[in-house]
Amino acid sequence: MEFFHKSTSFPFMATRRVWYVLSALLIVGSIVMFFLRDLNLSVDFTGGTTVEATYPGTADVEKVRGALETAGFKEPTVQAFGSASDIAVRLAPEPDQSADQVRARVQEALRNVDPGVEMKPLEFVGPQVGDELRNAAITALSVTMVAVFLYLFLRFHTWRLSLGAILAVLHDPILIIGWFALSQTPFDLAVVAALLAVVGYSLNDTIIVFDRIRERFEANRRLDPRLVLDQSINQTLSRTIMTKVTTLIVVVALLLLGGPALRGFSEALVIGIIAGTYSSIYISSSAALDFGLKCEHVFPPVRSREVDSLP
Amino acid sequence: MLEFARWKYILVACVMLLALVFAAPNFFGDDLAVQVAARDRSPLDATSQAAVEAQLQANGAAFKRAYLDEGRVMVLFDDVTQQLAGRDAIDRIGGNYVSALANAPRAPNIFRKLGLRPMPLGLDLRGGLYLLYEVDVNDAISQLLDSYDQDFRRALNAANISFSDTALHPGPEGFNDGVRVTFATGGDLEAARDVLRKAVPDMNFTIETGGPVPYVDATLTDAQIKERQRLAIEQNMITLRNRVNEMGVTEPEVRQQGLDRIAVSLPGVTNSAEVKDILGKVATLEFRLTDTQNNAVEAAQRGRAPLGSRLDFHRPDATGYRQPTLLKREIIARGADLVDATTTMTQEGPAVAIRLSSKAGDEMLRITQANLSKPMAVVLIEKRTEKYTDKDGAIQTRDVTDRQVISEATIRGVFSNQFNITGLGQNEARELALLMRSGQLAAKMVPVSERPVGPSLGRENIKSGVTALLIGSAGLFVFMILYYHLFGVVASGVLLSNVVLLTALLSLLKASLSLPGIAGILLTVGMAVDANVIIYERIREELRNGVSPQTAIRAGFEKAWSAIWDSNVTTFIAGLVLWVLGTGPIRNFAIVLMLGILTSMFTAMWGSRAVLTLIYGGRHKTTRLSIG
Repeated sequence: MEFFHKSTSFPFMATRRVWYVLSALLIVGSIVMFFLRDLNLSVDFTGGTTVEATYPGTADVEKVRGALETAGFKEPTVQAFGSASDIAVRLAPEPDQSADQVRARVQEALRNVDPGVEMKPLEFVGPQVGDELRNAAITALSVTMVAVFLYLFLRFHTWRLSLGAILAVLHDPILIIGWFALSQTPFDLAVVAALLAVVGYSLNDTIIVFDRIRERFEANRRLDPRLVLDQSINQTLSRTIMTKVTTLIVVVALLLLGGPALRGFSEALVIGIIAGTYSSIYISSSAALDFGLKCEHVFPPVRSREVDSLP
Repeated sequence: MLEFARWKYILVACVMLLALVFAAPNFFGDDLAVQVAARDRSPLDATSQAAVEAQLQANGAAFKRAYLDEGRVMVLFDDVTQQLAGRDAIDRIGGNYVSALANAPRAPNIFRKLGLRPMPLGLDLRGGLYLLYEVDVNDAISQLLDSYDQDFRRALNAANISFSDTALHPGPEGFNDGVRVTFATGGDLEAARDVLRKAVPDMNFTIETGGPVPYVDATLTDAQIKERQRLAIEQNMITLRNRVNEMGVTEPEVRQQGLDRIAVSLPGVTNSAEVKDILGKVATLEFRLTDTQNNAVEAAQRGRAPLGSRLDFHRPDATGYRQPTLLKREIIARGADLVDATTTMTQEGPAVAIRLSSKAGDEMLRITQANLSKPMAVVLIEKRTEKYTDKDGAIQTRDVTDRQVISEATIRGVFSNQFNITGLGQNEARELALLMRSGQLAAKMVPVSERPVGPSLGRENIKSGVTALLIGSAGLFVFMILYYHLFGVVASGVLLSNVVLLTALLSLLKASLSLPGIAGILLTVGMAVDANVIIYERIREELRNGVSPQTAIRAGFEKAWSAIWDSNVTTFIAGLVLWVLGTGPIRNFAIVLMLGILTSMFTAMWGSRAVLTLIYGGRHKTTRLSIG
């Protein structure tokens, strides 16, 4: 079996304006989405308390919410989950209260609705811990991006390729965050881990394409850059797509079978891998071309020494 | 001709063989077990094992086998009913034994003897309680400064230098980092400073005469502050470890996180309220005068202390005898007053140097002046929960207060907040200092995070993680074989050995496996296959260009190397950042990711080349490659 038996010759450069528009739409859409609907940040980042409880009969979500508000909790989230008698409660952090104090108040509120309620152990993250984790996540993302940028600048001989790769890799975090704003899938620590991993991983294709560009220029310095870029992408296309398909196979298995705890993690990976593949095929090289990439940027012309004729 | 150096074959074979051995314990699974340890953490020996086995037999509790493991007795059972019955029987021994339900690796004994163990499972996989404590390190510094403050006052009084006041003084970062001694205008501040420096030598001293109130500031150096913070955290960790140990939890973890946090992982524990009570409990010390007018042995026989005294007992000696002592009712100082207790060397041999808070120092001064040459005792009071068998034969728990006299020494001089307990052997001194500190948290700490994972959720997480791993890998293998035929089979074998190698490394590192860690293994498999794809695609490309099969294989491997290297560097960078900045399960994911990258480069470049050379490297002319 072979998907790419004949070498393809898609005109990536000629159609690049279309892809620019698509990218712009996706990126602007993600940013707008991010500002319109906040991420559904998990307790990891916000701090606060979550607890699950089971009522003997059907749980009345509205009543429970009312009882919690009466107990002084601001904007409690109460959701039914699993069976009709199970609820999940999430409470905003309260800086002056210890886990035990919160537990006592929640217990009382839940019992006011029905004394037969059974409370599971409560999960408590202090607000300062949440803040720290959020800062750590932002630091981790920034450090990774900077490290990757630095690597890219050192890796290629010209800023045109480096910047093309950076533009491409920026797609990953932006689209992933846009997706989490849209889907409201809980954004937890594991999502940050997936985000960083995918930023590193999706650069591979871009680097492979760029290496091929260098190789093509080396073979023939007179070729039109436009042609070289098209050829390079087409020649590496099977490899680019194959490596991503194989990774997607396992990530989709993770998404379908990994259970709720890995939900956000696998979603981030799926979105990131697709976005990364797209951007490395359609954006990175095109951007380099529009930055004016020419053969001499990759290989500086050999300056022949001029010999002055003796008078 | 395809060639692959003989030493490389041997290396690949050796690495894979070692990896198999190291990874093997993970594939045997677990047995239900009860772990028996000593309450005081002293290692148990064969005698204890025999005692435990005898107890089980006496109670008619069936068990598979028992063995000693790192100073603990592990008893293995067939099912939960047996396990619970076994634990009940063991708990009836009581005394110094603490039992805990546990899982013991089922791998044959030989692995354990070689020190090979399966990866421990993280809390998210086996259920348990995670607690994060924040230690108020500034509180610890203030305690130290309080006692310096007292030293300064005394030194200035002794040198007849008049001063207005002494007070703790906040540094630029907002917390107290020094003591400010203020004087009336016109005082000799330099003389005062010299006296202060003599009292506490290592601090920074600055004189300020410009303002309306002249003063001398004694500030802790950054190194001193760091040292004090480190000691406070360390002491809190020791205390927590001791207490966690008493709860009978298998493989508890107490480790520092960041500057001032202590993370406690308690596998199998769900009742957080009870646990926090135990961990946060205040064991206290009491300094009391000994009642020498009455006979302690008589009082012990009567079981009643004379009026104005109370009866206490020493710690058991080597024969288990607990010497009775009568102590005066008044408490001179309590554990909360203890700033530090360290071993030190004096002219009279090893000693424990004790530093009390200034308040307690005043009281101590008064008492010692009046009671020279009389004995003073230190009592350690601990509250703990004990299991016992009630009259119906059921196991119950109750709160017990343990009191034991850990030291009794004669007052040999007048002292206040600093004194030595001498007349001890080297080991005795170390033990006494540890005992005095162990009951005591050096600084206040509050739980800032608590996250329980129910055991059933843990089991579900393992199940879904492992299912995803198996199905995902299987799907990938099928795809690779359909797409690359024989080369796909080779790639699948290589991926499998990659997982084995990764498992071996993780087991060696004893990194506890979390759910993101399992996801990391699967992701590594998905990314490791890329190296094979890159090589195979290159081989196909070479074949299309009309190169002979064997040359194509060689070219495939050689030309693909730089691409494989490149494709891993950036992912490795991300893993490194995660490892540095992450904690817990995320860190585990980062370790898996980084190790996975290394193992996949090795298996793809060397393992797969070795196998392909074995298949296609023969002398006969290969005309076709089974690469799809």
